[in-house]
Amino acid sequence: MPTFVYMTRCDGCGHCVDICPSDIMHIDKTTRRAYNIEPNMCWECYSCVKACPHQAIDVRGYADFAPLGHSVRVKRDEEKGVIAWRIKFRNGEKEMDLLAPITTKPWGSGTPQLREVEAPSKEQRDSQLLFNEPKYIRFDEGDIHTLESNGLKMQQGVNY
Amino acid sequence: MKYDTIVEDDIDILVCGAGLGGTGAAFEARYWGQDKKIIIAEKANIDRSGAVAQGLYAINCYMGTRFGENNPEDHVRYARIDLMGMVREDLLFDMARHVDSTVHQFEEWGLPLMKDPDSGNYLREGRWQIMIHGESYKPIVAEAAKKSADKVYNRICVTHLLMDDSKKNRVAGAVGFNVRTGNYHVFKSKTVVVSAGGASNIFKPRSVGEGAGRVWYAPWSSGSAYGLLIGAGAKMTQMENRIVLARFKDGYGPVGAYFLHLKTYTQNGLGEEYESKWWPSLQEIVGKEYLDPEVSHLTHRPIPTCLRNHAFIQEVNAGRGPIHMVTMEAFQDPHLEEIGWHNFLGMTVGQAVLWASTDVDPKYENPELTTSEPYVMGSHATGCGAWCSGPSDLSPPEYYWGYNRMTTVEGLFGAGDAVGGTPHAFSSGSFTEGRIAAKAACQYIDDGKAEGISISEEQIERRKEEIYKPMDTYNVYRNEITAGSVNPNYINPRQALDRLQKLMDEYAGGVTVSYMTNEKLLNIGLKKLKLLEEDLEKVAAEDIHELLRAWEIKHRHLTSEAVVQHTLFRKETRWPGYYYRGDCMKLDDKNWHVLTVSRRDPESGEYTMEKAPLYHLVDVDGKGKEDAA
Repeated sequence: MPTFVYMTRCDGCGHCVDICPSDIMHIDKTTRRAYNIEPNMCWECYSCVKACPHQAIDVRGYADFAPLGHSVRVKRDEEKGVIAWRIKFRNGEKEMDLLAPITTKPWGSGTPQLREVEAPSKEQRDSQLLFNEPKYIRFDEGDIHTLESNGLKMQQGVNY
Repeated sequence: MKYDTIVEDDIDILVCGAGLGGTGAAFEARYWGQDKKIIIAEKANIDRSGAVAQGLYAINCYMGTRFGENNPEDHVRYARIDLMGMVREDLLFDMARHVDSTVHQFEEWGLPLMKDPDSGNYLREGRWQIMIHGESYKPIVAEAAKKSADKVYNRICVTHLLMDDSKKNRVAGAVGFNVRTGNYHVFKSKTVVVSAGGASNIFKPRSVGEGAGRVWYAPWSSGSAYGLLIGAGAKMTQMENRIVLARFKDGYGPVGAYFLHLKTYTQNGLGEEYESKWWPSLQEIVGKEYLDPEVSHLTHRPIPTCLRNHAFIQEVNAGRGPIHMVTMEAFQDPHLEEIGWHNFLGMTVGQAVLWASTDVDPKYENPELTTSEPYVMGSHATGCGAWCSGPSDLSPPEYYWGYNRMTTVEGLFGAGDAVGGTPHAFSSGSFTEGRIAAKAACQYIDDGKAEGISISEEQIERRKEEIYKPMDTYNVYRNEITAGSVNPNYINPRQALDRLQKLMDEYAGGVTVSYMTNEKLLNIGLKKLKLLEEDLEKVAAEDIHELLRAWEIKHRHLTSEAVVQHTLFRKETRWPGYYYRGDCMKLDDKNWHVLTVSRRDPESGEYTMEKAPLYHLVDVDGKGKEDAA
């Protein structure tokens, strides 16, 4: 039903509600636990599954084409910077464990605070350059690519 | 009304929608406007919002100019070929000359990009694609945007742009409501960057019931990029250019890495190669200039995505389906097998779920492919969006009005899906477009263009009333019936969405009609869309969540109307495999080697259509025929 929530594991903390891009993880007023209020607007994106601190959320494939009895579980570890997946086939004949990195840096350390870098000059403002350019945008030394530098012109209506 | 009004005043740059385009805009705006007030309004949570919420396993737009791989003009030619000529080459060149700086910064920020062990360069999947471990792509770029923004408002559904009451056709901010508290939010801003999403779910999906969520583009991509801009009277371009995707059946798992990196290939149900037999008849539709298999074979010039779809659709309709992806060879290599699975886990987990649930092991069984329902967006292999100004040093007069990526509404900028004529931007190109728009927005303010904006209380009150009307409608009429969802006075948002999808499918070229339409059908479609518009005035919302869905369907409706108007206007079949105009079944370069531009009058709702000239990049010495592959 795409995502669903196990009654015994959910404590109603709301992490899934906070992260769901589709606004479909809500807290049930009676049980005070989370549930998927609109399965046909669920993308199986796993954002809530990854965010749940209790592994209370799982996915059961879309009922219109996915038979029961499979499992794709995930554990995303921000500290270690990795994500671990376990896939189990319906017939029990195939199981896979897959691991991938999710970042190369401690969270929050790699992105710059542009308020604090040296302010751009008037020349930069009047140019076509963006922040940090021309770094990374040329093979050789030089400025940004233009029609002139690349021997090009814009011609109206030509078929090519 | 029990909800509070919360006003955020004196904003310089308001970013509406913080996917890849919006995060790029917020990030870059801080550099050019270190003392400016930058605010983000996001419908969900910026850490997992937009089309990249789930992650990505590849960055599909990277030139590698630094390593001598491609120049910007190479990518322009590639996009031009793929879109059958209909692109804004000034905007494409501009995006391509900046995009590498974006990608290298992503690496600095912590995004794990795979490296080629021999060269040390980024690991190529194809000529333009590089492979990444992108599960946390979105949280990482969100972190950069959050550092730059003064404030991020999560869970704000922006419904309308505010317009300046002292000067016609100038933007003044935006309004919306908080999806959690229900409060009314007013953002008064000198400039607005619309970086909301394209549109899934406007054509009836192949899936039914619960599976309707498994659309190719995210279900939360509600066409707000277009709904907001069209509603403000901005000119739009190429809205007829919807996209159909050939993907793994049901799960819509991506095929790029499979074709390019794993070297898998397709065959029909009889195990035969099928594409080439359709080329001669297809050549009669589009002409040799657009499809020349010999040249493509010799030079690796790509065959446009739509034309390959055409062969797929024809082969299936001829009774030789299903089309299979031949994975059994590649998957014998355990390393490639692992990549095949990682590829899905990184960006389309539902496909892994599907294969696990149906016991499809691609090592021993070739999975089925299908062609999807159409989607309206502007950053994959299609270029729907606003008619925007290009940069001063590239753009011809018809494409230039002062500020890069500014729409035809003053102070209103676009990025990502919102900008028309710029296909193949993907995630990195959308982020780059956001950066470009943000710099231009800062210039616009510094040039004094945003002086003297005034917003009347009347406008703010009128929008407020309009926003909550679906809840009022519900409250007034709900108790006229005993229970249930059938009410003679209103429809709910789901019912409206179902009606929209059905009519777009049947009249505007969806899957059930094999992507076929014509003038008569489109005119009926327009009539039905008008009736739906009247009923959307009576859409009812039981709670704030339904109010969100009500405004999403309103944006989808505005998007759909533009799609039908544009499809009606372009009297040719430009992209066979995306859609067919049965009454003009040929590509017609004599009359239609142009971009289509529309404007919907916000007062009357009337459309005006025009043709805009196409400019192509050519070499100064007159060539320009080099082939991209």
